[in-house]
Amino acid sequence: MTYLTKPKFRHPALEKNDLGFTRRDYEGAISTLCAGCGHDSISAALIQAFYELNIEPHRVAKLSGIGCSSKTPDYFLGQSHGFNSVHGRMPSVLTGANLANRNLIYLGISGDGDSASIGLGQFVHCVRRGVNMVYITENNGVYGLTKGQFSATADRGSKSKAGGTNNDSPIDLVGMALMAGATLVGRSFSGDKGQLVPLIKAAIAHNGPAFIDVISPCVAFNNHPGSTKSFDFVREHNEAVNSLDFIESRAEITVDYAPGSVQDVEQHDGSIIRLHKIHEEYDPTNRVAAMNYLQQHHEKGELATGLLYLDPNPRDMHAFLRTVDTPLNRLGAKELCPGAKALDAINNDYR
Amino acid sequence: MSIDALDAPAKQLRPGMTSTDTSNPDYFHKVVDCQWACPAHTPVPEYIRMIAAGRYSDAYMVNWKSNVFPGVLGRTCDRPCEPACRRGRIEAEPVAICRLKRVAADNKDDIRDRLPKAPAQKNGKRIALIGAGPASLTVARDLLPLGYTVVLFDQDRQAGGMMRTQIPKFRLPETVLDEEVGYITDLQPEMRLGKRVDSMKAVLAEGFDAVFVGCGAPRGRNLELPGREDAKANIHIGIDWLSSVSFGHVEKIGKRVIVLGGGNTAMDCCRTSRRLGGEDVRVVVRSGFEEMKASPWEKEDSMREGIPIHNFLVPKEFKQKSGKLTGVVFEKVKAEFDAKGKRSLVPSGEPDVYLECDDVLVAVGQENAFPWIERDAGIEFDKWGMPTVDEVTYQSSNPKVFFGGDAAFGPKNIIWAVAHGHGAAISIDQACQGRDVKDRPPPLVNLMSQKMGIHEWSYDNDISNDLRFKVPHLPNEIALKDVRAEVELGFDRKVGFEEAQRCLNCDVQTVFEAKLCIECDACVDICPLDCITFTGNGDEHELRARLTAPAKNLTQDLYVADGLKTGRVMVKDEDLCLHCGFCAERCPTGAWDMQKFLLETAQAGGSCQSR
Repeated sequence: MTYLTKPKFRHPALEKNDLGFTRRDYEGAISTLCAGCGHDSISAALIQAFYELNIEPHRVAKLSGIGCSSKTPDYFLGQSHGFNSVHGRMPSVLTGANLANRNLIYLGISGDGDSASIGLGQFVHCVRRGVNMVYITENNGVYGLTKGQFSATADRGSKSKAGGTNNDSPIDLVGMALMAGATLVGRSFSGDKGQLVPLIKAAIAHNGPAFIDVISPCVAFNNHPGSTKSFDFVREHNEAVNSLDFIESRAEITVDYAPGSVQDVEQHDGSIIRLHKIHEEYDPTNRVAAMNYLQQHHEKGELATGLLYLDPNPRDMHAFLRTVDTPLNRLGAKELCPGAKALDAINNDYR
Repeated sequence: MSIDALDAPAKQLRPGMTSTDTSNPDYFHKVVDCQWACPAHTPVPEYIRMIAAGRYSDAYMVNWKSNVFPGVLGRTCDRPCEPACRRGRIEAEPVAICRLKRVAADNKDDIRDRLPKAPAQKNGKRIALIGAGPASLTVARDLLPLGYTVVLFDQDRQAGGMMRTQIPKFRLPETVLDEEVGYITDLQPEMRLGKRVDSMKAVLAEGFDAVFVGCGAPRGRNLELPGREDAKANIHIGIDWLSSVSFGHVEKIGKRVIVLGGGNTAMDCCRTSRRLGGEDVRVVVRSGFEEMKASPWEKEDSMREGIPIHNFLVPKEFKQKSGKLTGVVFEKVKAEFDAKGKRSLVPSGEPDVYLECDDVLVAVGQENAFPWIERDAGIEFDKWGMPTVDEVTYQSSNPKVFFGGDAAFGPKNIIWAVAHGHGAAISIDQACQGRDVKDRPPPLVNLMSQKMGIHEWSYDNDISNDLRFKVPHLPNEIALKDVRAEVELGFDRKVGFEEAQRCLNCDVQTVFEAKLCIECDACVDICPLDCITFTGNGDEHELRARLTAPAKNLTQDLYVADGLKTGRVMVKDEDLCLHCGFCAERCPTGAWDMQKFLLETAQAGGSCQSR
């Protein structure tokens, strides 16, 4: 919780990416979240992912709602577009922005309050419309800004810092995303960048609704014994189904693995997601099986993480709506308002 | 547990590095690069913070205690601290530590009431100090307050040694030297000045309990070349000539002067010549410019005064006309390197160079000379004529005789002389009190949290982005007219403050408590210099390569801590840490804390003498 800006000095050996940027060029303003907040680790993972993918910051739009998590877009990619919207309404704003300019990379940053409570409907509809985006929930199971009441993702039976027990059933955002038709679904943990960074990279390269639920312990209000979203609990109950490498193109593949131990999934942009199987029976391309698997492991009190589902050939909203390839914001008045005759022709189609 | 599923090295857990023992004073001391590099181990960041706070007298006293001559050293020190300064590894140049010391000395109040007093009751032990230079004066300062009777011998009429005779007044005003020598003579040693000591045996016969030899390296090396004898009226030995200038015996030199040699004495000679009538003054050096022994800033100062430096020229012959020097012939050489990288200077085959001149100053090195020490006085000498001296105790083979300063191990500089003086004073005290001289008192060490609030520290952790400030100089047209006009003007208070703010406070240590750590990564994410890594343990060599940023500077330690819940280790590369405290500010559990490490080296009388 520092008020000082981060010193400009950087490690002289810090590497530059293909654009000539160092990782630190992808940073934003200094975080004002509590010291040790998991959200800051997720910001660091996002910085790392965008840096490694050589993405120019001006090609990215960050959108968020209200909450601790929704503050974080200020703390990374300081040179990107940003929109801090109304509570729970980020998905609508993101959908609208995506319709207007399909060329940007859309990053929706939300939390369990913003997406599982007030914005639950928005979340589900945004996913089912197939908006091409990376939707991340920084999920800590409490309302941190209002001092730690249970949120809708708190597990039944978990204890609050004040001592109360949660009796309500939790909303499983991963399950809802799978049901609503997200074409890339992952779950990870803020304390495991080795897993989180490639997952975010895969989601950025994915051409469809990608959803990642990141368990992000609230050090101030939800990191005590009895919590199921604490560092200790998550580390003890974390069951990674796979680990993955994100590979930008087949040409980069140099290591061969014994058949069966890895599974390469090629996305439509040519990037490869190489999955190292940890749970042999897990097939991340089978949506129904994935849903079953997650429910079973949830019953056992385990938290399945990793790349949970991937449709390698997704279609997005623009494909469904058959919009033009040129972003709407690049079209001139002539194309957007073709005049009374064109309107008459359209109307005649419906008569 | 699968948290480390992706952290392959953690899977191959090897014993690897052991946790760093921070209870060993050397560990954190090394992190304070400037203090570690200072022969007298002056707590540099401690006094720089005091300067920033306007506490000039306090800053002066921290210096005075460690290095005895802050005002002198703030102008003349060889600054081993500055090349070591961490700031120099992070941006272009180190903190101007030396010139900040001068800021403290220039701006202090009268500090005489803070100085130790000699007790009225003497302890009955008598110590002879041969030579009244920085080494002997340090011994006197350390021993007089303990009740010793100290007798200072010197051939000159005033105490100060080479600080008075060899350092030109335009670099070190006499008032500054007199003041700081005075703080020691105020303790009333017995002064036997103006008479050269001719016999060690005679000194020993006086029954001193110990004799300290701090007579320096008083002999300037000569150059025996053709024409040397014939032209001797205009060929001068550098240090002797400087000494004559210093005492006012020499006030003039020819218009055209050649200075032979590339060390700091050569720089003093050429700059002094410019002030005594030399208009065309040149420095001629055998080696290349980079390999010259002179400090970079002394070369810079000379060139600023319009003195060219000619390199790769070896003097061959002095030319004269009826006893009057007319010039010097030089052979051109070039540097050649053998397979081992060892340099040798070989003739380049080009024609010789002839430079005309009226005077030559020979500044090609100094030598020790002990004609006055009888070889049967129980003091062993080696084949180079140097006494056998223990590097820790400064004791010679005669247990009553100690050496320090240039007299002990050959020419160095003032700050080394001071360090030797402190060490020898400890030995003398040990010996006189019937203790073993090898038994060295430990340093005083203090490690204390600087936390004042949630993001408040007792030091200013907002890192300054300023580049090193330049010290203003007198304009040449004024400076070159007066050999006694101090040429460097020093920082004023405002610039002194700004320069002080460049200090990274390396003595405020990042102290890690593994059992408090929840491995949230906050410190890793915030660290501006990527110093911190949580990873599987390994051998140091292999570990250094796979940190967040590779740790390539092998002279800087890795701070390793195990005992974390995931079985990983915390590894911090000390090399480029800004000591900004962001890791501690970001740490939710207080596993990181910023703690000030203060180390005072022991001085005679025990480690807690100052308390």
